[in-house]
Amino acid sequence: MAVINLNVNGKKHAVDVDPQTPVLWVLRDHLHLTGTKYGCGIAQCGACTILLNGTAIRSCQFPVSAAADKPITTIEGLSEKGDHPLQKAWLEHDVPQCGYCQAGQIMNAVALLKRNPHPTDEEIEASMNGNLCRCGTYLRIRDAIKTAAKQG
Amino acid sequence: MEKIKTNYSRRSFLKSTLLAGGGLMISFNLLSEFRLSGKTNDINLPDQWNELTGYVKITPDNVVKIICPNPEFGQNVMTSLPMIVAEELDVDWQKVVVEMGPFDNVKYGPQFVGGSNSTRMYWKPLREAGAAARNMLMQAAAQTWNVTVEEITTKGGMLYHQKTGKSAQYGDFASKAAGIPIPKGVKLKKVKDFDVVRHSQKNVEGLNIVTGKPLFGLDYTQNGMLIAMIQHPPAFGMKLKSYDAFQTLKMPGIKDVFSLTLYPEGFEQGGFDTRTFNEFVVVVGNSTWEVMNARKKLEVQWEPVTETKETLSFFGRKREVVIPAGLESSASQYAKMKERAKEPATLLRKDGDPETAFKNAAQIIERTYTAPFLAHNCMEPMNFFAHVTNEKALLVGPLQAPGWIAPTLSKILKMPVEKIEIQMTRMGGGFGLRAYGHYLTEAALISKKAKAPVKLIYTREDDMTYGIYRPTYTMTYRAALDANKNLTAFHVKGGGIPEHCVHENRFPAGAVDNYLAESWEILSNMTVGAFRAPGSNFNAAAEQSFMDELAEAMGKDPIDFRLELLKRAKENPVGKFHDYDADRYAGILKLVKEKSGWNDPVNKKYSRGVSAYFCHNSYVAHVVDMVKKNNQPHVEKVTSAVDCGIVVNPDAAVNMVQGAVVDGIGNAMYGELTVKDGVPEQNNFNRYRIIRLSEAPKKIDVHFVENDIDPTGLGEPPFAPVFGAVANALYKNTGKRFYDQPFAKQL
Ligand code: FES
Ligand code: FES
Repeated sequence: MAVINLNVNGKKHAVDVDPQTPVLWVLRDHLHLTGTKYGCGIAQCGACTILLNGTAIRSCQFPVSAAADKPITTIEGLSEKGDHPLQKAWLEHDVPQCGYCQAGQIMNAVALLKRNPHPTDEEIEASMNGNLCRCGTYLRIRDAIKTAAKQG
Repeated sequence: MEKIKTNYSRRSFLKSTLLAGGGLMISFNLLSEFRLSGKTNDINLPDQWNELTGYVKITPDNVVKIICPNPEFGQNVMTSLPMIVAEELDVDWQKVVVEMGPFDNVKYGPQFVGGSNSTRMYWKPLREAGAAARNMLMQAAAQTWNVTVEEITTKGGMLYHQKTGKSAQYGDFASKAAGIPIPKGVKLKKVKDFDVVRHSQKNVEGLNIVTGKPLFGLDYTQNGMLIAMIQHPPAFGMKLKSYDAFQTLKMPGIKDVFSLTLYPEGFEQGGFDTRTFNEFVVVVGNSTWEVMNARKKLEVQWEPVTETKETLSFFGRKREVVIPAGLESSASQYAKMKERAKEPATLLRKDGDPETAFKNAAQIIERTYTAPFLAHNCMEPMNFFAHVTNEKALLVGPLQAPGWIAPTLSKILKMPVEKIEIQMTRMGGGFGLRAYGHYLTEAALISKKAKAPVKLIYTREDDMTYGIYRPTYTMTYRAALDANKNLTAFHVKGGGIPEHCVHENRFPAGAVDNYLAESWEILSNMTVGAFRAPGSNFNAAAEQSFMDELAEAMGKDPIDFRLELLKRAKENPVGKFHDYDADRYAGILKLVKEKSGWNDPVNKKYSRGVSAYFCHNSYVAHVVDMVKKNNQPHVEKVTSAVDCGIVVNPDAAVNMVQGAVVDGIGNAMYGELTVKDGVPEQNNFNRYRIIRLSEAPKKIDVHFVENDIDPTGLGEPPFAPVFGAVANALYKNTGKRFYDQPFAKQL
């Protein structure tokens, strides 16, 4: 166990956990930020995607010790009122079905648009291909990203 | 307005209560046409569930709350069911607050999510509930204004009396309405006057989803809650022998390790009490990561099972099932099916004289199709919260059928059902798997034993290797053609491990003079369960692939060929019964033909495959347009035609069809769960291939047949026909017929 200082959504937290604990479980179990989802635990589905230093990471495979003091953004911290351009586009296209994968999809799309504000279809495919959606909402995910890119 | 007779009876009642601080709470107990029997059903529900309670609350300050009876797993019921109430209640949808109701089969009816039945079952009762509430509010206004109720009109949550120019909000009369006697008959709106239903409304939980609110079972927490995980046997056909928890108990955060038995000896299982492993080891601790790690330190000895017998009781029908011993492998399962398919089978349906027709045939076409076990792989793995004390039990989590698990739980916990509270969270997918509540019962037993509130979590590996899969199937079709290439006989013989999926009364039954349907089954210790369009998903795949090949052999266009058969079934049906409406079936084929530009030369650039199917009370046809992408067949575009009656929430319905198409392509191309010596060979998404964004079509155009028929479901019907359309397009794309799923393996 070790005390680790975290900076999540602009707030400072000190957690006393096994330093190997994946960020995912610290967020969910210790900070009660459950917007970030568990889907596979082996970096294969993207449900747990968050931003670390503005870059998308798979929080299920990222030890909390490596995230100490670095800015973390989760879906809860993406915007105050759910009005980030991607969140708005997601609502406009009514993307979710079950909704479970969507936080990970949105966070990954945030990172994509940060890197590349106007991605082509192929670039969207390449960046979003690691995020599984069992409900098959891919068409709307693609459309929502394009809508947000247009506004951005 | 059309006047309808409501089915109030002695068993039904309407309760109106004054809310604290004034206001109306109406709970309706309607006896309505809630029956699930009848010719087009896939599932029969017990009669005592023929009641429904719609639930409307109106406060004096005009807040209208509508409770959704059925749990949500992505099919949009939390939006579309309350829309039905709102339509008849005549309120402004934008101002309605929706809430998920708790488990209460007396108040809310069956609350069962499956068989594409939610909208279909609740359509009429919810309309009646909304209309009756509106009527009571109108009566309250009429009494107060001293006018006749006939002169009262409503709009968007307002009451009007035109002659006197009086108006009021629903909230103003909510308390008074609470004292109005039960209306004897309600007037329902004309379909053409709908202004909520049939108009696209956004998902009521959209904002909660995109902002990461705790909606799912896995997100649920409570003070003092512990985390539990189960170690189940590593293989089908194995069971617990002994375990050593010494190392596990030394790990940080671990509270307890014990073994549990789910069902006692001789337990009579209901139809949805399926469980794969009856005995397992449980690790309980403070946090998920600690429990995950500690579980790895368990030393467990497993041993092979011996043959057992289980008693199943499915809605009163009791039967014994033999569960064989042995460690099965996919290769030997396929070999066994191949052998079994040659032997005599159980007769399901026979019309005319198929034997003679085949003997006299000028040409016989015979093809065999196979499909593997499929894992549901809901994005949210199985989990449930339980807090069981001596006095009561609270259970919270993702569940498709609370009404089916409650009696089981009551027996296992030896606690009356009234003391068991079940709350259903939003589900991260279901696909049929969450109709089987074993994980809820496990959670309850763990909480009881640990004497603490506990959340049981399955890891992805636990979830994928647990069983309750879609069965593995084989289907052989034979068609007899005469010298003029007319279809004279049709034979389907299908089987599976451990279930077959022949639907003997489906198309083309009723359209061919000489028809034979037979089935067989092979026992297994691998468990199976409902999987999106159970039975239909493979029946449709095989049948619709065979139809394509048959049309080709007969030199006919595949759509025209189907239409000819449907014409025959309509004009001069063979046999006593077939389960589809030939007109509606033909309707979707004609629609898809038109909308896909079936004969338009511009579409020559595509390898096109068509398929149409009727299941779960709705009709769906797809045209799949394939191209080569990176030298591989790729579905670029799909055109879908759907007849599900009235479409309650059009854009959400489009979303559902698009999702079903993507899911269908994914499972047709990649879906497969194989076993080796009883061990599942896929246990996570690194080995189990799920369709990805780049593999999804660019476009899925969805067209609905416009009619005023009461709505039927949409979760399953669009899924089943995808497989055949993909197979038929693959043939055009590669020149090769695809008989064995998953298709990507055969490329
Ligand atoms: S949970 Fe992290 S990628 Fe699946
Ligand atoms: S919306 Fe259900 S998994 Fe993506």
